Amino acid sequence: MSDLAVAALAAALRALAPRIDPAAVEIDGLQRLSGGASQETWAFDLLYPDGGRRTLILRRMPPGERFGDRVIGPEREARAIRAAVAAGVPAPVIRYGLTANDGIGRGFIMDRIAGETLARRVLRDPAFAPARAVFAAQAGEILAQIHDIDGTGIGLRTATPAGEIANLRALYVATGQHRPVFDFALGWLDRNQPKVVAPRLVHGDFRNGNLMFGPEGIRAVLDWEVAHLGDPMEDLGWLCVNSWRFGEIDRPVGGIADRADLFAAYRRTSGRGVDAAAVHFWEVLSTLRWGLTCAEMVSWIQRGEDASVERCMIARRASETEIDLLRLILPVGDRHAG
Amino acid sequence: MQDEPNSAQLLAAVIRFLRDSAAPLLPPREAFDARVAANALELVQRDLALGAESAAAEHDRLVALLGRDGSLAELNAALSAHLGEGGPDAVTPAIRDHLYATTLEKLGIDQPRYSAYLRTLEENAALAKTKT
Repeated sequence: MSDLAVAALAAALRALAPRIDPAAVEIDGLQRLSGGASQETWAFDLLYPDGGRRTLILRRMPPGERFGDRVIGPEREARAIRAAVAAGVPAPVIRYGLTANDGIGRGFIMDRIAGETLARRVLRDPAFAPARAVFAAQAGEILAQIHDIDGTGIGLRTATPAGEIANLRALYVATGQHRPVFDFALGWLDRNQPKVVAPRLVHGDFRNGNLMFGPEGIRAVLDWEVAHLGDPMEDLGWLCVNSWRFGEIDRPVGGIADRADLFAAYRRTSGRGVDAAAVHFWEVLSTLRWGLTCAEMVSWIQRGEDASVERCMIARRASETEIDLLRLILPVGDRHAG
Repeated sequence: MQDEPNSAQLLAAVIRFLRDSAAPLLPPREAFDARVAANALELVQRDLALGAESAAAEHDRLVALLGRDGSLAELNAALSAHLGEGGPDAVTPAIRDHLYATTLEKLGIDQPRYSAYLRTLEENAALAKTKT
C-alpha cells in the first residue's frame, strides 16, 4: 500500500476519533500488521487531551476486495464478537463499526489486546509454560461458552455435515485438480457422517494463530470471520488438525495438549457430552478443508489476483494435508478403512 | 552442456543473498517475504533434484495399478474417479501403498520437515526393519 493511501486512511481515522470515543482528539501511530488474507489489520492509538492513549485495532475489508464464501463479513463478525464478549468469552471489545459514510471500506474498530499469537513461540518458549499447562482446560471451557451463545440473531448460515461435504466437493471440482487422496477422503466423509445435531454457534477457526496468549493463558479469541451455526464438535475437530500442531504431532490439541484433557474440560463446563467419533469426522473434514484452501490458491495465482511468493508457498502446502488424511483414514496396518 | 555455475549453484547463491544479505536490511514485512522467497527457491532446488524421478516412479505405479498408459494427469484423473466412486473397498493394499509413496515423494519436495512426513518415514523404516 502506498504512503499516500496510508496517509488517507490516517486522515479518515483522525476524523473518526471523536466518534470512536467522544473524549479522544487525535490518532497516532497507524501501522499495518501482517496476517489475514481476506482482511487488513491495522493498529493505531487514540489520543486524549490529558496525553493518555488507547491502542486500537482496525479490521478492514477494502472496497472491492474478494472474500471467500464462508467469510461472514465485518458487520456479522462484529455482532458475533459482541455476543461473545457479552457471554464472558475472552474477546476484544468492539468500539466502532465502520459505515459507508466513513469512506474507508467495511470493517470495525476494537480494543488491541497485548500478547502473542505466534504458535511457535507459544508452543516452545519457556515463558509460555504456564499458558500451555492450562491450555486444554481453557480451550475446553471457552469452546463450551461459545457453543452456549444464542447466535440466532447474528445472521449466520447453518452448516450440516452433508452440506459441508457438498461444499468441499464443489470447491475440489472447481480446482480442476485430480488428487486421489482427496477423492478417497470425500468418499470417507460421505460414509462416516455424524448425525445432525441441534445447531449451536461455532467459531469455525479456533486454533493457534487466532488465539491471543499471555504467559498465563488465552487472553482473547480472535478472527470470528467464519463463525456459523452447526455441530459444536466441529470446533474441537478443527483445533486438532495436524497443521496447527506446528511439529508437535503427539499433542493433538493445538500442539499443546491431549484430547482427553480438552474433552474433560468441555464436558465439565458445558454439561454436555463429547462425541469423539464426531470430533474425528470433523478433524478429517477440517484437514481436507485446509488442503482445499491451499490447493484452491493455485487459481488465485493463475488469475493473477495474488501471485505473491507467500501465496505460492501456501498453495504448495496442500500435500501436507494428504499425508495427514492418509494417516487419519487409511492408517498402515488397516487394509480397508471404512 | 551449459557452463558452471550450474542451476543448483546459482539457486544456492540467490538463497544465500536473500537470507544473509537482503533480509537483515529490509523492514519486517519485506524481510519475512525475502525469507519465504529463499524457502521457495529451496523447494525449487529439491524439485530439480527429485522431481523427474518422482514423477517417473508415480507414472510407473499408476500404469501398473490401472493397467493402462497415459499422461500423469490422465492416470491421476482415472485413479481419482476410481476412489471417488468406489467405496471403502476401492483402496486395495497396492493402491494404499501408491497413495503413501506418492504423497511422501511430494512432501520430500514440498515440505521435508513436516511432522507427519518425518513420522511416516520413521514408521516405514521401523516396519522394514521388522520384516527383515
